[in-house]
Amino acid sequence: MIPRHQTVLFVILLLASVIMGAVLWNQLRRAHERLLRGQDSAPTQAPLVAPAEQATLMVANDADNSVQPRILTLPLPQNPEARARAVLGKLLDLYAAPDAAHPVPGGANSIAQVFLVPIAEGSGKASPTAPQLAVVNLTNAFAAGHPSGLETETLTILSICATLNANLPRVTQVRFLVEGQTRATLAGHADLTRTYLAAEMVPRP
Amino acid sequence: MARKHHRRCLPGSLAALLTLFAFLAAPAQAPPTPKFVVVLDAAHGGDDLGARLGNQSEKDYTLALSVKLRSLLMARGISVVTTRESGADVDADRRAEIANRANAAACLNLHAALVSSTSGPAVHLFISSLPPAADTTFVPWRTAQSAWIRRSTELAGVLNSALTHAGITVTLGRISLPAIDSMACPAVAVEIAPQRQTDAASADDAGFEAKVAEALAAALVEWRADGGQFGERRP
Repeated sequence: MIPRHQTVLFVILLLASVIMGAVLWNQLRRAHERLLRGQDSAPTQAPLVAPAEQATLMVANDADNSVQPRILTLPLPQNPEARARAVLGKLLDLYAAPDAAHPVPGGANSIAQVFLVPIAEGSGKASPTAPQLAVVNLTNAFAAGHPSGLETETLTILSICATLNANLPRVTQVRFLVEGQTRATLAGHADLTRTYLAAEMVPRP
Repeated sequence: MARKHHRRCLPGSLAALLTLFAFLAAPAQAPPTPKFVVVLDAAHGGDDLGARLGNQSEKDYTLALSVKLRSLLMARGISVVTTRESGADVDADRRAEIANRANAAACLNLHAALVSSTSGPAVHLFISSLPPAADTTFVPWRTAQSAWIRRSTELAGVLNSALTHAGITVTLGRISLPAIDSMACPAVAVEIAPQRQTDAASADDAGFEAKVAEALAAALVEWRADGGQFGERRP
């Protein structure tokens, strides 16, 4: 025979366990919602850790198959590779905007890395002012989501090359990788296996 | 005996003389005129569907356009060679090989894409972005088009003129495209871009496609007429 006080104690402890479980589950749910809300409201703009400078973006327009310069003031890092990534990120942010004249989904996150490699000349030793090859590493999501077509793909390549050359004049050649691998075409048309001459991509008046 | 022999030889000699006279009197025969051949290269094929155009793939759209254009050209007395007659895949080298063997006066690489919502239906013409080079006996396969850049530019001009005349918006550009970079003929990539109505809209805008096909056929007839002026099939 169980004493009455033990039965009462057992019931109280059981109720306390159930209530504590419910409270913990509720707090967990709230914390999860807070986390999701926090991700949604994360700042999409780069933090202002670098001084704002003028950058020239060569912006594509599907309507007339053109690439036109647009001068913007952006916080640009001093490191050339980070600088290249920042200007290309801003360019792709313009293309990801709802009213873009050259709509391409993805935005700034589509540029995984930009590497600048000096092009060795005759002596085999690259000087500090030697021309550079920019290797642009795109994300797979960008290539997969890029609209397919001769014009749209060509304009994306053209504007990236021209933007790099406009902001980093030493960049004379550009190559593209997707997730670190060579890829035949961007979205079925534009050749990604070749080296593009950036200087030739800048439209002349 | 000698007299008899002379009489027997006389008809033979006369026949030989008459034959020689007929040969000399005949008007000098003109050298055979080179056949005017157009190569239609419907892009994509096999597993490579190309762009999505509503409920149709670019692969099927370009094949249908190639068939339509071939009918229009043949009706105008132009010989046509196609690189693709079915949905099967044909690689870029094989396409260029077909075009180069055909000794073509014009090569059209046919593409299609949906335009963005900000622009209307249009045709985009592209020539190779290879730098122009002088014609030589042997040319590298990958850059064979360099010797033909001037002629390709002229062909793009004729196509642009005919399409604009038909009221179609045209844009011009240059592109690195292996299929045309290896072609030793005046080559232009033609991208037809019907209007995107909605995401689910069908791209087979028959009216626009027919208008473009008619304009391309008219341009190629004009190109044939201009052939002598530009020096036939030389770069």
